[in-house]
Amino acid sequence: MTAAEMVNKLDLQVFSGEKGLDREISGGYMSDLLSDVMGNADEGQVWITLQTHKNVMAIASLKELAAVILVNGHKPDDDTAAQSNEEDIPLLGTSMSAFDITGKLYELIYK
Amino acid sequence: MSETITEEYSVTGGDFSRAGYASSQIKKILKRMDVDKAIIKRTVVAAYEGEVNIVAHAWSGKIEFQMDEEQIRIILDDEGPGIEDIEKAMQEGYSTATSAIREMGFGAGMGLPNMKKNADHMHIESEPGKGTKVEIRMERMVRE
Amino acid sequence: MKVKEIIRILDARLLCGEDQLDYTVEMAFASDLMSDVLTQNNDHVLLITGLANMQTIRTAEMSDINCIVFARNKKATPEMVELAEESDIVLIECRYSLFKTCGLLYQAGVKPIF
Ligand SMILES: Nc1ncnc2c1ncn2[C@@H]1O[C@H](COP(=O)(O)OP(=O)(O)O)[C@@H](O)[C@H]1O
Ligand SMILES: [Mg+2]
Repeated sequence: MTAAEMVNKLDLQVFSGEKGLDREISGGYMSDLLSDVMGNADEGQVWITLQTHKNVMAIASLKELAAVILVNGHKPDDDTAAQSNEEDIPLLGTSMSAFDITGKLYELIYK
Repeated sequence: MSETITEEYSVTGGDFSRAGYASSQIKKILKRMDVDKAIIKRTVVAAYEGEVNIVAHAWSGKIEFQMDEEQIRIILDDEGPGIEDIEKAMQEGYSTATSAIREMGFGAGMGLPNMKKNADHMHIESEPGKGTKVEIRMERMVRE
Repeated sequence: MKVKEIIRILDARLLCGEDQLDYTVEMAFASDLMSDVLTQNNDHVLLITGLANMQTIRTAEMSDINCIVFARNKKATPEMVELAEESDIVLIECRYSLFKTCGLLYQAGVKPIF
């Protein structure tokens, strides 16, 4: 599944990083602790979080994540969106809670 | 039968292992006094975010608790850096918290807005370089 | 869903609350940020988190949350267990990621809040 297909199926909002929507998704990682994502997330995963500041994209890029989904209707800070465009990593959003969107993404990936 | 309860707790800046002790004591009093459950929850959530703010952002402080038949008042008074721009600090997402505080599960800039949401009245006074005083008031009449 | 089913589905370990295996949670909330947890106001909510410190227990106490699953193989300290026991909070340790923990419980029918 590509990030674009996931956006479609889960009805996600695309904030920025559209050029990266063809990235292939290997799995998901849910965390709001940046150091944890640094240590434990894997390449190609979709990161689900409610953290909106710029460091999020720096970590997504270092870890080569496929996309970031902001939950609970959170909007990215301006510099976060700008960095997502620079890195071509899609920054996405949903009004759903982390548990809800994680459950739905898990079902999509492992059904 | 007019009864007024007052308590005072001290809070140490930086001591995250004890953060929440005062709010926990307040919760116990409110339960013992049979305060409406929803009001207890709103009160202690606001008190706890305020207590964590002292621990996270200030050097030391005290929390005063007062309650009579009509109202619950909590005054969080600290010595610390103070807040330069209170309006800005009230905005959701605004935070000056260090990454260490974020790793503790706070510092997303959600505390003050959530305190405001839960309190019936909230008032902040601050003097930069000296400290901050936050007053939370709750009406004991059950909200419809 | 009952506490004992959660433990079975997650192949998890109960740390305290042996007398509450039949306690039933209706909904789950997953977050590592305690300020986020403190914004939710439902009853009988299961908290799933990768943050294991004293503030996690305090946050549950303030928000009337009676059951916490620590994911990512996070371990609760004896101090945390003691505080949880005082407030009748069930603690469960699970070695899966937060993503997998949520996925498995969602599949098993646990509902999100709202
Ligand atoms: N007691 C305090 N003393 C000094 N600064 C404070 C205090 N409380 C809040 N602040 C300031 O207001 C900001 C927003 O507070 P809050 O909404 O609770 O978010 P957070 O604590 O997560 O940063 C803080 O980052 C800090 O700059
Ligand atoms: Mg705060």
